Amino acid sequence: MSSGWTTKALAVLAKDIRTELRTRYSLNALFMFAFTTLVVVSFSLGQLSLGVQVLSALYWIIIFFASMSALSGVFVKEEDAKTAQTLRLFARPSVIYAGKLIYNILLLTILCALLTPLYVAFMNVTVPDWPLFLVVILLGIIGLSGATTIIGAIVAKANVRGALFAVLSFPVLLPLLVAAIGGTDAALVGTGWAGAENHIKLLVAYAVIMITASAVLFDFVWNG
Amino acid sequence: MALSLTVEKLNKSFGVRKVIRELSFTISAPGSLGITGRNGSGKTTLMKMLSQLIPPTGGRVAIRDGDTEIASADCFNYLKMISPEMALYEMLTGYENLKFFSTLAGVRLNQIEQDSLLERVGLSTRGDDLVAAYSSGMKQRLKYAVALLAKPAILLLDEPTSNLDDAGKAIVREIISKQKSEGMLIIATNEAEDLKQVEHVIRLDN
Amino acid sequence: MVRKYLQIGLFVLIAGVIYFSFTTPAPQQIIGEASRIFYYHIPMAWLTVVAYAINLIYAIRFLKTRSELDDFRSHWSAELGTMFCVLATISGSLFAKVTWGVYWTWSEPRMLSIFILLLIYGAYLSLRAAIPTPERKGIISATYSIFAFPTVPFFIFIMPRMMQSLHPADSVVDKNLHFTMGGTVLPIFLVSLFSFTVLYFWLLGLGIRLHKVQLARFEEA
Repeated sequence: MSSGWTTKALAVLAKDIRTELRTRYSLNALFMFAFTTLVVVSFSLGQLSLGVQVLSALYWIIIFFASMSALSGVFVKEEDAKTAQTLRLFARPSVIYAGKLIYNILLLTILCALLTPLYVAFMNVTVPDWPLFLVVILLGIIGLSGATTIIGAIVAKANVRGALFAVLSFPVLLPLLVAAIGGTDAALVGTGWAGAENHIKLLVAYAVIMITASAVLFDFVWNG
Repeated sequence: MALSLTVEKLNKSFGVRKVIRELSFTISAPGSLGITGRNGSGKTTLMKMLSQLIPPTGGRVAIRDGDTEIASADCFNYLKMISPEMALYEMLTGYENLKFFSTLAGVRLNQIEQDSLLERVGLSTRGDDLVAAYSSGMKQRLKYAVALLAKPAILLLDEPTSNLDDAGKAIVREIISKQKSEGMLIIATNEAEDLKQVEHVIRLDN
Repeated sequence: MVRKYLQIGLFVLIAGVIYFSFTTPAPQQIIGEASRIFYYHIPMAWLTVVAYAINLIYAIRFLKTRSELDDFRSHWSAELGTMFCVLATISGSLFAKVTWGVYWTWSEPRMLSIFILLLIYGAYLSLRAAIPTPERKGIISATYSIFAFPTVPFFIFIMPRMMQSLHPADSVVDKNLHFTMGGTVLPIFLVSLFSFTVLYFWLLGLGIRLHKVQLARFEEA
């Protein structure tokens, strides 16, 4: 049973990756949004340099808004294309949730992989602690996906989509943003793992709680 | 497998509008049922309730294997449906759709089996094309291939011959006759030709 | 008939609270007259949380029972909660202006938590408005209520530990769990808390009874 389950979840993931590679539906939106925001900020600042705390906040603001523009796609496109009903007759909700969650994590990882070097370059950021910096980003991505994947499913069943996704996600994401910005701050200032300890604990706890809650509640949203 | 589908005092309302009233019937495998009624009489709604996609407002739909009732969340393993409201993945090819859905259904399909499925629905040369490039009739046929790959015990067909030419209709007739002798078949349609092939017909107009 | 007497009693209580809140000495000498807002602001903030708890309880129940009445109770509590939340936010903001000179600050954790609740309520109501089908509306919004919940304890319990607080600490209960309000303050405060809570439950019940009547009338038709 469990090996069957994993294969099926991976099949959902593979299907979404394959479709994404052919259409570039989400990745384009994500990257262009993030990149444009970065360029606008950098350009507007001109010679001015930003303090470290502003820099860490800026990074997560960009990721947050980019996510709001594209992460609900994974469910919205199923509802719009009428493939959601077909899926419901072929797979358990948990399989679909798992596949889509990993897909969103993957999407954000690619975004950050592309964005981070550009961010460091454009904003002239010095990163004294690269391992910590990257770990915080990764944990932030997992938490972000964990919280917003189910909200994407919720929004796919409603009709205002875009604005609603941000409205629903923001209160839920606030703890994540606090922790991620704090952790990034520690990485950029150089206070190291000790300074980031609370934030990392929070990031991990947040990801666990959100993914567990989503896994439990997803059935209701998907079949509701 | 002594499969039966029982509908007990089924009711469905959308707010004020009562669509299905106090419907009751039983059907066992092997067997077939036709559902008919004018547009808006609730055929598709009934089909969705039979396949456990939407809950009734009152009454229940029970699918039983012998005496054991199958849980609602597990019913999808026993039935497949074809409906204008259910589509396949346009950005995948015919073969890819078959592979994807067969993995989800836990069914192994080698190349030969995939080809024979496509042949059965008259799509033998189109497996490598994206579904987006299919005509509406071809998309309908592929839906049959996907529904049948899981060898469903219960097959629900909502508007079975929509978008199909004579060749397509002949294919569907063959599928229908095979299904009703081996399992359970439920059709929702207004086409008299299709209704001729089922044992009983329910009208939803009263 | 009993109900009528209880309503009159509630009216008298609240009238008394309003009268005495202005005629007795101000609760906190340091802050002065502005501290009178305690009598109102704290019960409103309290009820915001209570309303969310009720919303949550009925949301969970609705997912089990799928009874439209449970969904209504959940929704109605959210509407009342939103009202109390807006009042709490405004009263808190006014108090902030008078005592600290700013209408708003993000470094005050309690301000942040009431704000989060405002966001959650707003999101919940927007979600309900955006779903046309009644049964889906209930299920999806109940799920969101439950899902948004973990954020609340985080902001009420964890954040304050992570930040310095501008909020008058020990205003109600100090570290030793003794009531720090002396003299006339404590009774008035407790009566205020009690009567506003009763008011909330009364409004909740009213809405539910009205809804039941509307349902019954609809059934007859």
